[in-house]
Amino acid sequence: MAVLVIADHDGAHLRDTTNKTLTAALQLSTDVDVLVYGDGVQSIADAAAKLSGVRKVLLSQSADLKQDIAEDVAALVTGLAANYDVVAIPASSAGKNFAPRVAALLDVSLLSDVMEVVDANTFVRPIYAGNALETVQTSEAKKVMTVRTTAFKAAAEAEGGSATVETVAAPASKAGTRFISEEKVVSDRPELGAAKIVVSGGRALGSKEEFDAVIDPLADKLGAAVGASRAAVDAGYAPNDYQVGQTGKVVAPALYIAVGISGAIQHLAGMKDSKVIVAINKDPEAPIFSVADYGLVADYKTAVPDLMKALG
Amino acid sequence: MKILVPVKRVLDYNVKVRVKADQSGVDLANVKMSMNPFDEIAVEEAVRLKEKGIATEIVAVSIGPAQAKDTIITALTIGADRGILIQTDQDIEPLAVAKLLKAVAEAEQPDLIIMGKQAIDGDNNATGQMLSTLLDWPQATFASKVVVENGEAHVTREVDGGLQTLGVKLPAVITTDLRLNEPRYASLPNIMKAKKKPLEIKAITDYAVDVVPRLKVLKVTEPPKRTAGIKVADAAELVANLKSAGVL
Ligand SMILES: Cc1cc2nc3c(=O)[nH]c(=O)nc-3n(C[C@H](O)[C@H](O)[C@H](O)COP(=O)(O)OP(=O)(O)OC[C@H]3O[C@@H](n4cnc5c(N)ncnc54)[C@H](O)[C@@H]3O)c2cc1C
Ligand SMILES: Nc1ncnc2c1ncn2[C@@H]1O[C@H](COP(=O)(O)O)[C@@H](O)[C@H]1O
Repeated sequence: MAVLVIADHDGAHLRDTTNKTLTAALQLSTDVDVLVYGDGVQSIADAAAKLSGVRKVLLSQSADLKQDIAEDVAALVTGLAANYDVVAIPASSAGKNFAPRVAALLDVSLLSDVMEVVDANTFVRPIYAGNALETVQTSEAKKVMTVRTTAFKAAAEAEGGSATVETVAAPASKAGTRFISEEKVVSDRPELGAAKIVVSGGRALGSKEEFDAVIDPLADKLGAAVGASRAAVDAGYAPNDYQVGQTGKVVAPALYIAVGISGAIQHLAGMKDSKVIVAINKDPEAPIFSVADYGLVADYKTAVPDLMKALG
Repeated sequence: MKILVPVKRVLDYNVKVRVKADQSGVDLANVKMSMNPFDEIAVEEAVRLKEKGIATEIVAVSIGPAQAKDTIITALTIGADRGILIQTDQDIEPLAVAKLLKAVAEAEQPDLIIMGKQAIDGDNNATGQMLSTLLDWPQATFASKVVVENGEAHVTREVDGGLQTLGVKLPAVITTDLRLNEPRYASLPNIMKAKKKPLEIKAITDYAVDVVPRLKVLKVTEPPKRTAGIKVADAAELVANLKSAGVL
């Protein structure tokens, strides 16, 4: 059995979601190749070649691939899939965008958000915002899956690396979709998905100014990424890609601090696998306390400054 | 311009999920069911396009049990013009749903399909992308803004790292994210009107589509429960605890 892992990267570096997807893939087979696509991403392919357990790296580059148009990426991946039994894709927004296309082109199911490999044909995945876990078995010859990377540990990096990098041609772009523009949020903080500590703010913050004035300094002091509830994002206190939850990002940091977040199941779906959860909320009945290791019933307006002081 | 909106009947998002003791699935007996929230947003978006004079007809389609009629009526209440229910008691997987929707699209010839990015029961986030692939129409997923002009939809998409805007030539498939719009509340006159709008009932066998499940659900279990920890008195006690837990 051979597995093709599709690398997730930010244009300059591999994300550790690639490494974690590799861990899932290595539970299926020792024949694991990694595809790196994009433009000007040779150095990322070289980095992938150093990951332990990688047999070969495939590198596909074109200006079109850089825009992550699902049609183009799916065409590339489906073309390569002939040589593999499994295609494993990190469940990033890009992965979720093209993975179902690969499955449809191959006329197979998509195994979404795989969080456990039971055996070569059996997988566990969350349903109902993670309130239930489904164990599914497939008899399909080819498997296409997205991997819930928070459920897997990153594979270690091998010394010196041994995999070769092979170039594969990028398919011609589809005409139906064109890239118009993008607005990327630039931040010096760690990425939400990869951070060891996440500080999230909720509706309680009341305004963007307040969110920035309260959450950002705490995050900076802790070297943390910033997250938010949907209510905070909807109200414009934080950008969309800060949203943690069923329909936002799934995070599992060592420490998650929820400030003024009630703890709706859709929010819990995105953070309840964090190692240690702290909740600061003035309502002692807030559901967030039912998952918090340490709960502080207090007004954030005094609790957060106190916390800053206590951190020194 | 004609818009097709697939809508799914799911467990209401406010209802507590209970896993059945025999691990055969989630208990759906006697609980509130509603339209998938993302699909409600899709219907609302279609209705707004109609109100702007861009769309002329909105067709809501659902695949599900007899009660999914109510889901279609909800769509008609928001402002869809007619409904199609492909009635089945079987659980249909995303690939088969996409194939059925493709057949409906071929019969209806819409200029645009707007649907939810994910159904909050199975959380697959797959059907729209699959439908776009099968129809060979462009796709724009996770939309937070849609502008239709000159035979093209400009779709702003919520992606990791921020926002991306794509231009997709019509006909196309768009999937909705939460911030695309806020669906309106149903008014009584609209509820009355909805009941009079046409609703066609079809069977799976009306379509030449293989819907045999590809995946076998071995069991459905409850996730490991997280237990509540302790309440701390103040920030200093919190920091002391975090230090001894080794996370600071
Ligand atoms: C289909 C669907 C998908 C969804 N997906 C997501 C998702 O991915 N992520 C997500 O987060 N939500 C999601 N939601 C929304 C979710 O249901 C909740 O509405 C949302 O999480 C609430 O955000 P909140 O906790 O910030 O706000 P609220 O629920 O309003 O909570 C605010 C909290 O702040 C506390 N508070 C107020 N003032 C203070 C103060 N001064 N000091 C301390 N505490 C204070 C209050 O006690 C309260 O507990 C989704 C909903 C639906 C329907
Ligand atoms: N049984 C169904 N009937 C109608 N539409 C559906 C059905 N299943 C899925 N869909 C549509 O596909 C979207 C994505 O669903 P999924 O891929 O299952 O997460 C939903 O938001 C609906 O718009």
